[in-house]
Amino acid sequence: MSSGVDVNLENIWIKFGDFVAVREANVNINGGEFFSFLGPSGCGKTTILRAVSGFLTPSEGRVLIGGKDMEGLGPNKRPTALIFQNLALFPLMKVWENITFSMEVKGASAAERRKRADELLDMIALPGQGDKLPSELSGGQKQRVAIARALCAQPDVLLLDEPLSALDLKLRQHMRTELREIQQRVGITFIYITHDQGEALTMSDSVAVMRAGIIDQIGDGNAVYDRPATPFVASFVGENNVFRGKITAINGDEALIATNRSGELRSKITPAAVGKLNVGDEAMMFVRPEMLQLGAGDAKSTITAKVVNEEFEGNSYSIYLEGDGGKQIKMAMPNLGTDPHRAKGETVSFSYDAHNAVVMPAGDLASE
Amino acid sequence: MKSNILFGRVALGLYLVIFFGYLVGPLAVMGLSAFNSAEFPSIIPWQCFTYEWFSTLFHDERILKGVKYSFIVGFGTVILSVAIGLAASLVLTQVWEKWRSTYYTVIIAPILIPGVVLGISTLVFWKKVSDLLGGVDVLSNGIFLTILGQSTFIASYCMLVFVARLQRFDPGLTEAALDLGATHTQAFRKILLPFMRPAIASASVLAFLASFENYNTTTFTFGSYPTLTIQLAQMVRYGINPSISALAVIIVVITVFGALTVEVYRRRSKLKAGEIRQGKGLPAWLFGNTATILLVALSFALIATVYTAQTYSPAQCKADYKAARAAEVQAKIEALRAARAAAAAAAAANGEAPADGGTNAPATQGGTGGFGGVFAPTNLEDAAGQSNGADSGAAAPAAPFGNVFDPGNLEDAAGQNNGASSAPAPAAPASPFGSVFDPNNLENAAGQNGN
Ligand SMILES: Nc1ncnc2c1ncn2[C@@H]1O[C@H](COP(=O)(O)OP(=O)(O)OP(=O)(O)O)[C@@H](O)[C@H]1O
Ligand SMILES: [Mg+2]
Repeated sequence: MSSGVDVNLENIWIKFGDFVAVREANVNINGGEFFSFLGPSGCGKTTILRAVSGFLTPSEGRVLIGGKDMEGLGPNKRPTALIFQNLALFPLMKVWENITFSMEVKGASAAERRKRADELLDMIALPGQGDKLPSELSGGQKQRVAIARALCAQPDVLLLDEPLSALDLKLRQHMRTELREIQQRVGITFIYITHDQGEALTMSDSVAVMRAGIIDQIGDGNAVYDRPATPFVASFVGENNVFRGKITAINGDEALIATNRSGELRSKITPAAVGKLNVGDEAMMFVRPEMLQLGAGDAKSTITAKVVNEEFEGNSYSIYLEGDGGKQIKMAMPNLGTDPHRAKGETVSFSYDAHNAVVMPAGDLASE
Repeated sequence: MKSNILFGRVALGLYLVIFFGYLVGPLAVMGLSAFNSAEFPSIIPWQCFTYEWFSTLFHDERILKGVKYSFIVGFGTVILSVAIGLAASLVLTQVWEKWRSTYYTVIIAPILIPGVVLGISTLVFWKKVSDLLGGVDVLSNGIFLTILGQSTFIASYCMLVFVARLQRFDPGLTEAALDLGATHTQAFRKILLPFMRPAIASASVLAFLASFENYNTTTFTFGSYPTLTIQLAQMVRYGINPSISALAVIIVVITVFGALTVEVYRRRSKLKAGEIRQGKGLPAWLFGNTATILLVALSFALIATVYTAQTYSPAQCKADYKAARAAEVQAKIEALRAARAAAAAAAAANGEAPADGGTNAPATQGGTGGFGGVFAPTNLEDAAGQSNGADSGAAAPAAPFGNVFDPGNLEDAAGQNNGASSAPAPAAPASPFGSVFDPNNLENAAGQNGN
């Protein structure tokens, strides 16, 4: 088995008639990496994957796999295997025939195939289930069969299109770890598609966050979570509180923002926006719920607001406060066993560390 | 309230009886008539239970040939129609998205065009092609033309079946196959074709049945290979006998067997898939499976029938029946003769000519004979009687259509006409077409002569 090859998308545009599904995508994926495309439904994730696997030709740009231009090669000639969004197991074939389909079309003997199928069934922890039909398997089992079928083709790159979306939460979490383990064992490049940011963050070495055909940011989990490049990324990946306003001062990678309701606040400028912000620009500042704490601090990082609601979640409290433009500000506080409850309507002060806030030019937020 | 519900139930029951009577009635009558020894397909009057029509059927060269050609044409049509239909449906669902509805209209048109038109155009077109190519024999061959002619519209039926199935096909499966390294041919053979198998089976059955029963297209194209339907239609011209019913019985039995077998198979695979709970005691394959039970019962009935058919002979019954009828006829003749004698006596008393009494009877009552004899050879006696009536000068030319298909009228007419002449005359020389074509009538004719 190969130890993973690079995949490079160079300036890919994909159009369906007048509709641009993918716009100027430039992605470099290293060999053996677990790479995720993260984005809301309909943003063009599947479309990109289909361009990589060869089911559609980009209107512009090149797909390179292992440094080789894939132009003109059909899906059956590319060193990729795709796990479909709906799995696409062959319903009339037994599990073992499904798994070894890639060998069958190359003319391998039944005995050979059976043997390989048994090995793979052991690997996916379904020993002895080879003679069942796919319809006789549970959701998670089907999932694993689909993975085994793809791995049996010995691809250099495994493409996974939201393979876990149909599973319930528990199974999904279990399969996440399992997928990650398999990836580390076989060592090939995984390109994973999901609209679940938790999935992307837990499994991936790198994440590309997409919005309506545009890749907003590529980076590892920390970069995407802590240093989002755009308001969309900031609001799509994890929970975030947004404060809108105008820039009043810039000092290196810090800025002062005159927010609409909370006065002047200080924030770090997100790396992607350094040098692009000017005094007077419309801007958005983001602070994560867990970065807020009760009690006043520095005047330029203290906010006062009325409590709307408080939720107790066992290990933590969520406090909802009146925020900007009808939106609520959320504060997450660990449960230390001492906190008195706050009454609704009570006005509280809370603060944050300016290093934990990011500001960037105003833009579209992810819709809830 | 309650009576309303009751009324509703009764009405529904009545409706169902009428409905199923309407559906099954003709089949039942036809089926029974295959076992009646009467020479025309009928169940009233019931004469003798017999299997002779089956043997007549198996010795009828024309019907056997017809069946043979029907099968050849049927298989040819199945192969051609399924192939064309499958290709057409693939094109419809997978290739031309923009032209889909136009294409659909074109491909479905043959179903809407009358079969007669298809038959004629097939004939004309291939004649032209044959001429252009300098008279290629095979192009004007009846079987070739019939297969082509029938396939023009049967292929459309097949396509509809395939389209219905294809709409449930996930094209992702083909993509998955390609992704795993299959060529397009392999993806078609290993993924799409197996998926289409049930549709191919039902389209084949549909195509075969449509071909088997087709008349209006075939009638223009059969050339020197008349299929069964054509043969049957031609035979009607010479008069039919219950071997037709026997054929119907065989076809019905085969159909029912086929349907039950399919049902049993379907149920069993369901059972395997665990969709039907297994009961205790009964073997699993039998439980909850009426189809299997029926199939088994039917098989037994069939075996029993075939077995009895080997030993049972209706000869005695037939002889009895003939004797009884002869006696009946004789009695009627006596009665009429007596009546006539009385009338003659009365007329003599009134001083009128006796001839009038003779013509009156056939003119009103005996509105029978004539053409009836052409279609139904069993009317023979009556026709014979009619010509006997010619003795008295008036009856014969007046014979109209009345009992065309009803041999039951027979005795009456015979008695009547015989009564018209003052004495029974030998019938044989004057008898019309019937007996010429159907040797089965011989006995009857002979019986008449005996009278
Ligand atoms: N064959 C096609 N013709 C026209 N438009 C298409 C086609 N395939 C996809 N699109 C459009 O491209 C956009 C992106 O589709 P895509 O399937 O890539 O979404 P996705 O990100 O995978 O969404 P999801 O998470 O729901 O699977 C959608 O707006 C879709 O309508
Ligand atoms: Mg998708």
